[in-house]
Amino acid sequence: MSTDGELEVVGRPLPRVDAVARVTGTARYADDLQLPRMLHARILRSPHPHARILSVDTAAARRIPGVKAVLTGMDLPIRYGIMPVSQDERALEFEKVRFVGDPVAAVAAVDEETAAAALDAIRVSYEPLQPVMSIEEALRDPVDEPIHDPALTRQRGNVHRLVSYEFGDVEAGFAAADHVREDLFFYQGNTHLPMEQHSALATYEDGRLTLWSSTQVVHYVHRALAKVLELPMHRIRVIGAAHGGGFGGKTDPFSHEIVVAKLAMVTGRPVRCTLTREEVFYAHRGRHPVLIWMRTGVTREGRITAMHVRTALDGGAYGSYGPATVFYTGTLQTVTYAIPAYKFEGVRLFTNKAPCGPKRGHGTPQGRFAIELHLEKIARELGLDPVELRRRNYVRPFTRAVNWLRVTSCGLEECTEKVLQASGYRGRPRRPGHGMGFAASAYMSGAGTPIYWNDMPHSEVQLKLDRTGVTAYCGAMDIGQGSDTVLATVVAEELGLRPADVRLVTADTDATPVDLGSYSSRVTFMAGNAALEAARRMRRLLVEAVAEATGVQGDLDEIEVREGRVGEVSFEQACQLATTRFGALSTSGSYRPPRIAGPFKGSGVGPSPAYSYTACVVDLDADARTGLIRVNKVWIAHDVGRAINPLAVKGQVEGSVYMALGEALMEEQVYRKGRHKWPSMLEYKSPTVLEMPEIETFLVETVDPEGPYGAKEAGQGPLLPVIPAINAAVFDALGIWIDETPITPEKVLRALDARARGQEARYGPRRFPDVDYGAPIRVDPPDPHDLRVGEELERAFAAAGR
Amino acid sequence: MLNELQRPVHREVLLLRVNGEEHQVLVPVHATLLEVLREQLGLTGTKHGCELGECGTCTVLVDGRPQLSCLLLPVQLEGHEITTVEGLGSPAHLHPLQQAFLELGAVQCGYCTPGMLLAAKALLDRNPKPGRRQIEEALAGNLCRCTGYATIVDAVELAARRMGA
Ligand code: FES
Ligand code: FES
Repeated sequence: MSTDGELEVVGRPLPRVDAVARVTGTARYADDLQLPRMLHARILRSPHPHARILSVDTAAARRIPGVKAVLTGMDLPIRYGIMPVSQDERALEFEKVRFVGDPVAAVAAVDEETAAAALDAIRVSYEPLQPVMSIEEALRDPVDEPIHDPALTRQRGNVHRLVSYEFGDVEAGFAAADHVREDLFFYQGNTHLPMEQHSALATYEDGRLTLWSSTQVVHYVHRALAKVLELPMHRIRVIGAAHGGGFGGKTDPFSHEIVVAKLAMVTGRPVRCTLTREEVFYAHRGRHPVLIWMRTGVTREGRITAMHVRTALDGGAYGSYGPATVFYTGTLQTVTYAIPAYKFEGVRLFTNKAPCGPKRGHGTPQGRFAIELHLEKIARELGLDPVELRRRNYVRPFTRAVNWLRVTSCGLEECTEKVLQASGYRGRPRRPGHGMGFAASAYMSGAGTPIYWNDMPHSEVQLKLDRTGVTAYCGAMDIGQGSDTVLATVVAEELGLRPADVRLVTADTDATPVDLGSYSSRVTFMAGNAALEAARRMRRLLVEAVAEATGVQGDLDEIEVREGRVGEVSFEQACQLATTRFGALSTSGSYRPPRIAGPFKGSGVGPSPAYSYTACVVDLDADARTGLIRVNKVWIAHDVGRAINPLAVKGQVEGSVYMALGEALMEEQVYRKGRHKWPSMLEYKSPTVLEMPEIETFLVETVDPEGPYGAKEAGQGPLLPVIPAINAAVFDALGIWIDETPITPEKVLRALDARARGQEARYGPRRFPDVDYGAPIRVDPPDPHDLRVGEELERAFAAAGR
Repeated sequence: MLNELQRPVHREVLLLRVNGEEHQVLVPVHATLLEVLREQLGLTGTKHGCELGECGTCTVLVDGRPQLSCLLLPVQLEGHEITTVEGLGSPAHLHPLQQAFLELGAVQCGYCTPGMLLAAKALLDRNPKPGRRQIEEALAGNLCRCTGYATIVDAVELAARRMGA
């Protein structure tokens, strides 16, 4: 960066720093790693959706030549789980199984075939229990027994979590409305389908365990291993291998990671386990199926006076991130639209299916789908332009929402304007079967509070500089989104280098300080800020050493650090001078979000240091004869704050649009008779290149005051508006509402058929079940212009007796 | 109980030509080319996403034609020329396709990339000036979950232009 603040590498569309390794096949992913004497592990999984385990007989398996170890649940009895409030999984279960695919036993053998044969030789006897396969079933009294012990969940039956909040006076808000509307929506579950199957390799040497894994968060795997294996954290090292795609699906600690670690300890040999594609479907942690009821009051002009949202989530067999997911189905509505009074009730239920968790957008696509279609319907009912109605309710930058979420920079207006202009949405020509739809959304740049309570930084970066150059160390994991490139770019910008000049060590718990990992769109914002702080400190030291050695007097800020030079000397010389002056240098930087959460229990889910904003328009043709939908084009504008690397940001936006199209039109994780219907890539339909429409992307830069160089997230937010925009366009084309995902040809035809028979021109859920959400926690709304954070905010709470 | 491992596994010694090099390997007759490339020859650039012929990730070239290595048996491949991503270019001498993928951001996680590159190479060898639709058809069997495909198609177009120039 020059002394006048002009950016040199930030904002340039440079290739990713690891691109050469990834195009030449030299990047080493977890399953590519081999060590001498390595054994292969396989995991035996339950064929029953719900059953008690009566016995596990491994004697025959152990006798097979080449089998080196067999584990059962008794070897790994300690429960774990990603959320401290939901420690409900075991690496291998020994009491009962809760879904088809639940792990029961594991084998390490000289090769995969021997391991597979050993699995066949293990005899498990089960006592099947009545499976619970839907939200409705989960709300009834269990036929046999609840899926989890109510003593652990502290809830009735198969309820996992309940939340209930009222912000402001909702009744008064509805009373003030000219018009009130209710709608029901269903968002089907779907899965990440990363191209890389999960894989992990462990060794145990000199009393120390090393695990290479395809995880998105080395730190969480580290914590889970320490807990289950009862080892101190300093005797465990977790390294993120080159990553073949996560999208949230590799964010939990997994059974196979713990199993290979234990097997390495038992056998004294390296052990690797790579899941089959079928097992990847069981590992899941994907999108929750969610039933949503929404009621909104508006004035004649379309201004929202109150909103009431109820959600019911089908969580699958385990907790995973579910306690957060249930919040996310409701909390972020208020950072897109100014809702003066808001009631939100949510329930997450256990069912005997593969566990749901965080998938790109984590819990928010479902709520976004519902609110956008709901507002679309309200606008059409009132005879208002659907875009105009939204605009009248858009949140303003630098305000605080009714549920205390703090909004800083907000480019909703600019994003909306861009896509309207480019798409010609307003003056669109009408022809049969053709439609266009609009939607807007918001997403977090990282969660404002950590998933396990602590006051430590969310991200830390160390820089080392010696006579050979500079190295950055950070626990962040590049899952393909380009986080390594962001780190290198930030450091390069501050030190006057090119990103490729910065050596990186990332995602290695021995070498790198903690970063909370690649999820919740947090890395650019948080690790970026940590890197910025570390790099500015290093720059200062370099400048000092150079000034001293070259006899420069006066203001050190006047010394230019750019284009490979520090003042009058080259960067290499500067490194030597700095090492001469100080010895090898290290600096560190860290990032902790400001305290922004409101003064109520449960306020920790939803706050983010900054929200990204997106608007999109979809153009499609829908065939009333076949029910087929062909998306022609998507215009999408994303407020990314600042694009540190526009090439990477555009890649995230386009990838999000692609994933949204899959969810909207074809992807669904469905079950039949207790089993996953399609645990294969052939039958779980996802878009190929032939299904992809043209995408026109606009990046809006609002330069957030707290983001690194103003940057916000880009990896998840752009998925959100695309799905409801498609449904809105289908209505525009055919005059039917498809109030659930995915929009299959069958649903289109059924809605058309219903209309032909004089019924409601709609396909979607008909009933929201009775749920006892309990009395809501009532919260007084904040002053929307009170932007105080941190201690100042807390002092204000204390003074108000909150 | 007699398990399948107590039955003798039939193995054969084969001479495989991969990326212009001869390799003598001893393989079980039921081992797939994917397994032999990755586990025996250390050519881990070839990836896998299903091992069932569904995703295209494991694409290699056999005599210049794109094939799914997870469905091929090496016993059928003696005398044929196999090309993997390692044979396409090296870090010092990138193939124009690799260069274009890198420049245009057609690589995110990179896991689908080797298969995409080889499917694209087969196309360009056959048809040096493909239209966009032809590129899409040639890549339709290769799934990518990261990019949304547009940059990949752009990269193939760019490489074709440069190779024709
Ligand atoms: S690994 Fe999926 S097609 Fe071969
Ligand atoms: S780049 Fe990740 S699957 Fe294609």
